Amino acid sequence: MKCASESFPGFIHLTSDSLKKMDSIFLQILNGLDKGGAYALIALGLTLVFGTLGVVNFAHGAIFMLGSFCAVTTQYLLMFSKKVKDESITYFEAFKEVPYLEIWWGDTGRFIIDYKVPFSIILAVPVMLLIGLAMERGLIRYFYKRTHAEQILVTFGLAIVIQEIVKSIYGANPIPVPAPEIVSGSASIGLWIGLGESVVYPWWRLIYLANALVVISAVFSFLKFTTYGMVVRAGMQDRETVGLLGIDIQRRFTVVFGLASVVVGIAGVMYTPILSPDYHMGMDFLVLSFVVVVVGGMGSLEGAVVAGFMLGILQSFAAMNEVKSIFPGIDQIIVYLVAVIILLTRPRGLMGQKGVMEV
Amino acid sequence: MNDKKKLAREWSRRQILKASATGAVLAASSSPMFFVKDAWAANFRNNPGSSSSVTLGFNVPQTGAYSDEGADELRAYKLAVQHLNGEGDGGMLNTMTPKSLTGNGILGKKVKYVTGDTQTKSDAARASAKRMIEKDGVLMVTGGSSSGVAIAVQGLCQENGIIFMAGLTHSNDTTGKDKKRYGFRHFFNAYMSGAALGPVLEKEYGRERKAYHLTADYTWGWTQEESMRKFTEALGWQTSKAVKTPVGAGDFSQYITPVLNSGADVLILNHYGKDMINSLTQAVQFGLRDKQVNGKNFEIVVPLFSRLMAQGAGSNIKGILGSTNWNWSLKDEGSQAFVKSFGQAYGFPPSMAAHTCYVQTLLYANACEMAGTFNPPEVIKTLEGFSFDGMGNGPTEYRASDHQCFKNVLVVRGNMNPSSQFDLLDVVQEVPRSQVEYDPAIFGGKLGPYTV
Repeated sequence: MKCASESFPGFIHLTSDSLKKMDSIFLQILNGLDKGGAYALIALGLTLVFGTLGVVNFAHGAIFMLGSFCAVTTQYLLMFSKKVKDESITYFEAFKEVPYLEIWWGDTGRFIIDYKVPFSIILAVPVMLLIGLAMERGLIRYFYKRTHAEQILVTFGLAIVIQEIVKSIYGANPIPVPAPEIVSGSASIGLWIGLGESVVYPWWRLIYLANALVVISAVFSFLKFTTYGMVVRAGMQDRETVGLLGIDIQRRFTVVFGLASVVVGIAGVMYTPILSPDYHMGMDFLVLSFVVVVVGGMGSLEGAVVAGFMLGILQSFAAMNEVKSIFPGIDQIIVYLVAVIILLTRPRGLMGQKGVMEV
Repeated sequence: MNDKKKLAREWSRRQILKASATGAVLAASSSPMFFVKDAWAANFRNNPGSSSSVTLGFNVPQTGAYSDEGADELRAYKLAVQHLNGEGDGGMLNTMTPKSLTGNGILGKKVKYVTGDTQTKSDAARASAKRMIEKDGVLMVTGGSSSGVAIAVQGLCQENGIIFMAGLTHSNDTTGKDKKRYGFRHFFNAYMSGAALGPVLEKEYGRERKAYHLTADYTWGWTQEESMRKFTEALGWQTSKAVKTPVGAGDFSQYITPVLNSGADVLILNHYGKDMINSLTQAVQFGLRDKQVNGKNFEIVVPLFSRLMAQGAGSNIKGILGSTNWNWSLKDEGSQAFVKSFGQAYGFPPSMAAHTCYVQTLLYANACEMAGTFNPPEVIKTLEGFSFDGMGNGPTEYRASDHQCFKNVLVVRGNMNPSSQFDLLDVVQEVPRSQVEYDPAIFGGKLGPYTV
C-alpha cells in the first residue's frame, strides 16, 4: 500500500514547507518573547517611577546601560591582571595581561571569570539601588512639581551626561561580555516539543526570558503581597490620604525609584551576552520602552508587561521575510504604527486608567 | 615688383619698430617675470606662500561608534607628521620608493595639523572639513571611517579645490560613481574583497553552496553585497536570500532566525564595526556554526575584517574568513618599519585604518615634493598613475582613471590559536593585484576638472 507521500509527492513538499513555516513562526515568537522581556522590564521600571513619583524619566535607558556596565566592570575586576612581557611580539616592547585570579587559583580562578555575568548581578543590585537613590534624592525630587516637559528635558540631559561619562571611561566601542561557556551554545528546543532538530535557540536567551519572568513576578509579588508594596500601591492611588495616615509615603516612593533602578539594572546585566554593551545602548531602548508604556497605559504595571511582550512579538513577526516581501520596511515602523493606532483609538493605552494621559 | 612697392608703402621701418616694441611688452606682461618653482602658486586655495609651515586637516571620528578606529587613525597621522618633520625613527620614510621626502617637512615647510570630529555623520564631517578649509587654511583633508562620510567630504573638497586623501572607506562608490578629481583612495574596496575572497571560498567551501546575505542598509553594504554576489554566483553558488538590515540594529535575532530554515549553508555578513560584532556574535549564539545543512558544515563569511572588530567579536571570530587591506603581522620591510614605529610610540600594533591613513599622508607629501609645488592640479597629476613600493602592500599604483590604489589584497581568517593578544587574524593568502583589478568603466562616474 502506498503512503500518502508516494501517491501525492506534493503532499510531502507541502508538509515540509508548512513545517518550515511553523518552525519560523515558533522561533519568531521566542525572539519576540525574548525581546519583549527586555522591553517589559524597562517599561516596568518606567511605569513604577511614573506611577509613584509622577516623573517621566528619560534617564531610564541610561540606567539600563549602567546595569550592563556593572557586568563590564565586574569583568574588569575579575580579570584584573598582571602585566607580563609578551615575548611573541618582537617589533616593539609589548605586554600581555594575565588575570591575578588565574595566577592565584588556576582553574578555580578561570571558573570565576567564566561566570562573570551571574556574579555581576551581586554587584549590580546594591550599585543600582544606590544609583537610583542618589539620582532621586540628588536631582529628580526637585522636579516633582514641574511640568512633564521640564522633567523630560532634565532627565534627558542627565542621560546624556551619564552616557558621556561612561564613554570617557570605557570608550565608544562595544565591549563583549560572554555568557558562561556552559550556556554559550544553543538548546535543541525543537526536539523538546516535536518540531525537529533544526529549531534551536540560544541558551542564554532562554535564560534571559526566564529571568525576565522571574523579576516581573517578583515585582508584582512585592507590590501585591507585602505590606510595603500595599502601601506603595495605595500611595499610587491616593498619596494624600496615605500621607494623612502618618505614613512617610515620599520615602517609600524613593525606595521604589531605587527598586525600579535595580529592575532595569538586572535587565541590563543579563542583556550583556546578547548585545555587547556600549555607551549608547540605553538610548536605543529608551524610545521603544516609552512606546511600550504608552501602548500599555501610563501608570499601568500590567499594561507595561503585556505591551512589552506584545510589541516584541509583533516586531519579530514584522521582520519575517514573508511579511517584509508584502510590506517592505514594516519591521522598522510596526511598533510606532501600533502606538499611533492605540493613541488614536484608545488614548489611555491598553490597560491604562481612564483619564490618565488621555488629553 | 608692384607688390613689393605696395608693402613698403604700407609698413615703414618706424612702424615695424613700434609694432615690435608693443609686441614685446605684451608678450612680457603675459609671461612669468621669473622662472622658479611655485611661480604659478598664487592661484590656488590656501596657498602657504612664504609661510614656514603648512597645515593638514585630519578629519576622523573622535566620537560615535567608530571613535576607537578614529583614535587609531589620529595616532597614525601624528606619527606621519613626526616622520615628515624628521622626528622619530622615520618609519616608512626609510622604506618607501620612489621617494622625494627628506624629513624636512614638505618642500622645506614644517608640517602642522588640525583635527576634526566627523562623528561618523556626513553632515558633521562636512562641517568639520569646511571649518578646516575656510578657517584653518588646510592644504589637504584626510580621514573618515565610513564611506558615507568619505563621499560627502570628498565632494566638498572637490568644490573647494582641496585634495582629499580618503582614510578607511570600502564602498565601490568612493572611487566609482562618486569619484572626484580631488579625491584619492589608498584603501581597497568591496569589489576587490569579492574578487580576492571568491577563489578562496571555492577552495575552502566548494562550488555548491547556498548563500544568505545580511546587509547593512547604506552605500557600503549595498556595494559589498553586490560584489560578493557577483563573485560567489560566478563560482556557481546560489543566493538564497539577501536581507537589508538597519544600521545599528543592535539585536539581529529576528534577521538571523529566518536563516536557520532557509536552506542556506553560508551566511555572508555584509556588516561593519559594531553591527558586525553584534550580528556575528548572535549568529554564533544561534548555533549557526555548529549546524549542518545540505550535508555540509554551515559557514559564516565576513567580507571586511579589521583587527579592532576582531577584538570586539572575541572568540566568535575564530575560523571566519574575510578580507583586509593590511595586517600588522606582514613581514615586508615597510610594514615592519611602520609597526615598529607605531608600537614604540603607543605600545600596541596599528590597525589597518591607521596604516592607510599613515600611508596617505606620506603619499600626499611625497607628491608635493615631486611636483615641486602645493598647487593641487600639479599634485593631482603627480599622484595619478604614481607607482610606489615599500609601504606594506607590495608594488602599488594610484590608477589615474579613478584614483583607486591597486595592490595585493589580504584574505584572512580569525586566528584559531593566537600567539599573542594582537594576533587575531591569520593571513590565508596575499591575493595578487592582477586578480582584483577591474575596468573603471563598470562603476561609471566622472572625475571632474583639475581646476575648480
